[in-house]
Amino acid sequence: MPETLPATGLLSASWLLIALPLLGAAVLLLGGRRTDRWGHLLATGLVAASFVLGVLSVVQLAGLAEESVTVDLFTFIDSGSLDVRAGLLVDPLSAVFLLLITGVGTLIHVYSIGYMAHDPGRRRFFAYLNLFVAAMLVLVLGNSYVALYVGWEGVGLASYLLIAFWYTRPSAATAAKKAFIMNRVGDVGLAIAIFVMFAQLGTTSYEDVFGSVGLLAGGTVTAIGLLLLLGACGKSGQFPLQAWLPDAMEGPTPVSALIHAATMVTAGVYLIARSAPVYDATETARTVVLVIGAVTILIGAVIGCAHDDIKKVLAYSTVSQIGYMFLAVGLGPVGYAAGIAHLVTHGFFKAGLFLGAGSVMHGMGDQVDMRRFGGLATKMKTTFVTFGLGYLALIGFPFLSGYWTKDAIIEAAFDKGGTSGWLLGGVAVLGAGLTAFYMTRLMFMTFFGTPRWEDGVHPHESPPVMTVPMIVLAVGSVAGGFLLTQTFPLVEWLEPVFGPEAEREHVIAPLLVSVLVTAVVAVGVIAAWLLVGRREVPVTAPARVSPVVTAARRNLYADALNESVFMRPGMWLTRALVWVDNRGVDGAVNGLAAGLGGSSSRLGRAQTGFVRSYALGMLGGAVIVTAALLAVAS
Amino acid sequence: MGASPVLDTARFDTVAVDAINAPDFSLAGITPLLCVFGAAAVGVLVEAFAPRNVRHPVQVAVALAGTLGALVACVLLAGTREVTAAQALAVDGAGLFLQATIAGLGALSILLFAERSLDPARSSFVASAAVPAGSARDRELMTAQRVQTEVYPLATFAIAGMMLFTAANDLLIMFVALEVLSLPLYLLAGMARRRRLLSQEAALKYFLLGAFASAFFLYGLALVYGSTGSVQLADIRAAGLEDSTSTLPVIGLGLLIVGLMFKASVAPFHTWTPDVYQGSPTPVTAFMAACTKVAAFGAILRLLYVAFGDSEWTWRPLVYGIAIVSMLVGAVLGLTQTDVKRMLAYSSIAHAGFLLTGVLGLGPGGTGSGLQATMFYLLAYGISTVGVFAVVTLVRDGDGEATHLSQWAGLARRSPLTAAIMTLFLLALAGIPLTSGFIGKFTVFRAAIEQGAWPLVVVALVASAIAAFYYLKLVVLMYFSDPAEDGPTVGVPGLPTTIVLAVTVSATLVLGVVPGAVLELAERAAIFGA
Repeated sequence: MPETLPATGLLSASWLLIALPLLGAAVLLLGGRRTDRWGHLLATGLVAASFVLGVLSVVQLAGLAEESVTVDLFTFIDSGSLDVRAGLLVDPLSAVFLLLITGVGTLIHVYSIGYMAHDPGRRRFFAYLNLFVAAMLVLVLGNSYVALYVGWEGVGLASYLLIAFWYTRPSAATAAKKAFIMNRVGDVGLAIAIFVMFAQLGTTSYEDVFGSVGLLAGGTVTAIGLLLLLGACGKSGQFPLQAWLPDAMEGPTPVSALIHAATMVTAGVYLIARSAPVYDATETARTVVLVIGAVTILIGAVIGCAHDDIKKVLAYSTVSQIGYMFLAVGLGPVGYAAGIAHLVTHGFFKAGLFLGAGSVMHGMGDQVDMRRFGGLATKMKTTFVTFGLGYLALIGFPFLSGYWTKDAIIEAAFDKGGTSGWLLGGVAVLGAGLTAFYMTRLMFMTFFGTPRWEDGVHPHESPPVMTVPMIVLAVGSVAGGFLLTQTFPLVEWLEPVFGPEAEREHVIAPLLVSVLVTAVVAVGVIAAWLLVGRREVPVTAPARVSPVVTAARRNLYADALNESVFMRPGMWLTRALVWVDNRGVDGAVNGLAAGLGGSSSRLGRAQTGFVRSYALGMLGGAVIVTAALLAVAS
Repeated sequence: MGASPVLDTARFDTVAVDAINAPDFSLAGITPLLCVFGAAAVGVLVEAFAPRNVRHPVQVAVALAGTLGALVACVLLAGTREVTAAQALAVDGAGLFLQATIAGLGALSILLFAERSLDPARSSFVASAAVPAGSARDRELMTAQRVQTEVYPLATFAIAGMMLFTAANDLLIMFVALEVLSLPLYLLAGMARRRRLLSQEAALKYFLLGAFASAFFLYGLALVYGSTGSVQLADIRAAGLEDSTSTLPVIGLGLLIVGLMFKASVAPFHTWTPDVYQGSPTPVTAFMAACTKVAAFGAILRLLYVAFGDSEWTWRPLVYGIAIVSMLVGAVLGLTQTDVKRMLAYSSIAHAGFLLTGVLGLGPGGTGSGLQATMFYLLAYGISTVGVFAVVTLVRDGDGEATHLSQWAGLARRSPLTAAIMTLFLLALAGIPLTSGFIGKFTVFRAAIEQGAWPLVVVALVASAIAAFYYLKLVVLMYFSDPAEDGPTVGVPGLPTTIVLAVTVSATLVLGVVPGAVLELAERAAIFGA
């Protein structure tokens, strides 16, 4: 960790970054229907203001000698030996996230003005969206694990509220619950990691924890690393906690774009990158990160090939792409910056793709089944072009964003060396090919071929308020990778956080890697053309398919696995506990109450109302009193 | 406990027979007593000479002047420490604190007595107590303007007796005070305007059992005098129990405790409490529950701390046991009560047990914070009790006060303010934080734990939890039940009751939120003897 300084100037007002969207959420939620008319504009304006403030802050930060400042806010918890001071940390890493969250957030707020124009719950939607932005900023700007945890739970809440935004749909309500519960599994890991830190180090602030990682036993560091990883897997939809993310697509599409593609789901990557000093000290935990990243790349890509729901395909694509990021940060110092770079470019193109999908749905009467699309390229030109650019960026078309950032990860994976390096590199290359396949399939089914529209659907282009953000994101998708790797290298910007770029031996020449990846991508594209593009797409999904496709359609049985391993035993456990609660705890409580009541009535019978029996009682009491006194005194 | 040199010359038993000097009276030291006794005597004269139509306001004014004068006198005397009137009266911190408490609570009770606008029958008190209940004349007088205004001098005498009770440094004076406070109460209990037979039954029961208890006290006094040769607390202490080969003083102590515990309505000497509380006019119930409790505990503390303070090992196990019995009896029996006043009577029994917990906070040789804790508890409990009974006077139907629990259902919808005030007092009695009851319980429990009596505190906590059930049951009933069609109405209180409610509500809150000043005062006042 570099030296951090107290903030000065504009940076000392960093709390405003969080306060502005939070204010928006408060006004919209507390203001009620009065804010219906202008609430969405206020929300958008506040996030935009936060973005502008963020840009200015980062400019100031870049000018400082020590590119890392802290802002002390207040004492959050002060209880005995636990003293948690709430404070903000603005350093190059959090600055990247700050800009991504507020920048993409602003665009998606603008887009939502159009997308949610006719929804009766528009005010609520924007309030939650603002709440999300505020919580996400707490997550990335906090200077301690406790602050991160506050934001972590805050985004979980916002995500839950937004997935269940159309809460009258049972599927949305269920999806929200599923997301929340699966996230809890991860959150418990994160919480225990924080407990361990506090128990072992007596602090949770990044500065103190990282400063004293060396003092901890190896096993403890590994435990912290693995527990943090569990939290990261939950939030980022990584194996084995990936099943909630595709279901989360039940939320409105802008939510999918902002929360479940560009920002929140990458929080796990942030957590691992932020905890770099912990992971640097534990080879074991890093290896587990690598394995999870690699497994998730393949799982996401394979399942993405089989689905017909445009948002689910994109969701599995997200799962898979975050797998790349995990792979990168799991590689250690050589990969942190690469992972963050891919995270940023992915934020752009995946947000753009989701907005494009939303635009398509908007024009197609909320249809999500790609088998009901087709031939939309001519009907929705802007959407097609922006979506197409995002697609090219994602599959790694030369010189677009994905090409720069994904190839860097694949290169780093090969450079790890040894069998594991070849294995990881191979998986990453294979993932790139699969990505090309499922995305090309998506393009063909949506924009090309013959129209397979349902009756009464008249595709039309979306209004400018929706297309402009798509265009901006498309520009980012095209140029972002080049800018972040070549013009303003993110690696250098992040140097104060992750240390200088390590010199490394290239196992395969970088150029060769690029050629190899591009070739595999081309194979994927061609395969998609052969299998999907040149054929007629049936309106109903064919039933007779190979076992692999069936498995992929069923999400590789992840849900079945979850159900049999966690849900069923969980239900049994719950039932058993309910039984114990009803019979045991309630029984004891009710029995006690009944016993007391019964003894009350029985004792009450002594209260006869007759003076003679009262006097007798007193006499008895007096005899006992004197006898007792005498017994004690003698 | 050394007597002051001035007073030594005045002691009867040390002065030669041929030089009978008048005992030295420190008139300044007994001003509070003089105020109230004077007011009571003036009240009797008013009754004799003032015309009937002005009697009521004049009596109220005289009684209030007496009690408030006593309160002011106690405040002015703060810090005085002397033993006067031939060693018979002690003017000390604890005595003054408790006298001020009694005077203040007494003044509040007088205000409740004086309420005339709530009941269509014009008063809680009978127009003419001598008229047989249920007779034609009685029905005629039901709504008459007339009130048996002797209640004010009677109450004032009772207050005077109570104050004397806490100041008595001599068992004989203590007995006289006991009778001075009891006799008016027996009468007051029988003076209800409505349900007169119930009221008279209560009075008779109270009288019979009270006389029985007085006999115990008197016999105990005799035994103690017989074995120690003195009725003065200091001499009894000097005689000590250890040296005595006789069991007489021990039996005497036991009987004295029985007599005092009866007044404090401590189980197993509590049996009169529910019947008398229910039958008495509610203002009298408030008066008895608050002031008698303070006075009785003042006497208990003085007896145990001063006369038998050196031999606390004898009575400690006994009081320990009695405290447990009282807390559990009050808490458990309260559960099945269906009448608000009876329920509060059991609450008072349970509180007597909690107060004994504080009494046990006395360490060997007068150390420990038990005294201050008990005094604070008495103040807090007295205020909440006057307040809670004041609310009971508000809720009425055609037959007067509606005291059956079922009649309180849904009261919050009918009168949110009344329900809120009642809830506050109930929470205070239950000992919920931010009310005076919590601080009171906390201090007595802490004092007991400091003396190692933690098992007692565990029992006290269990009893508190049980008792909380019936307090909260009433709260739940008021807020979460549908009001009955022909339910009671909430009367609009006149000025006197409004003052009482305002004072008790604010005091309950202040003592619960910022108790520091009063706790400190109690700590400084926690001292017996000169």
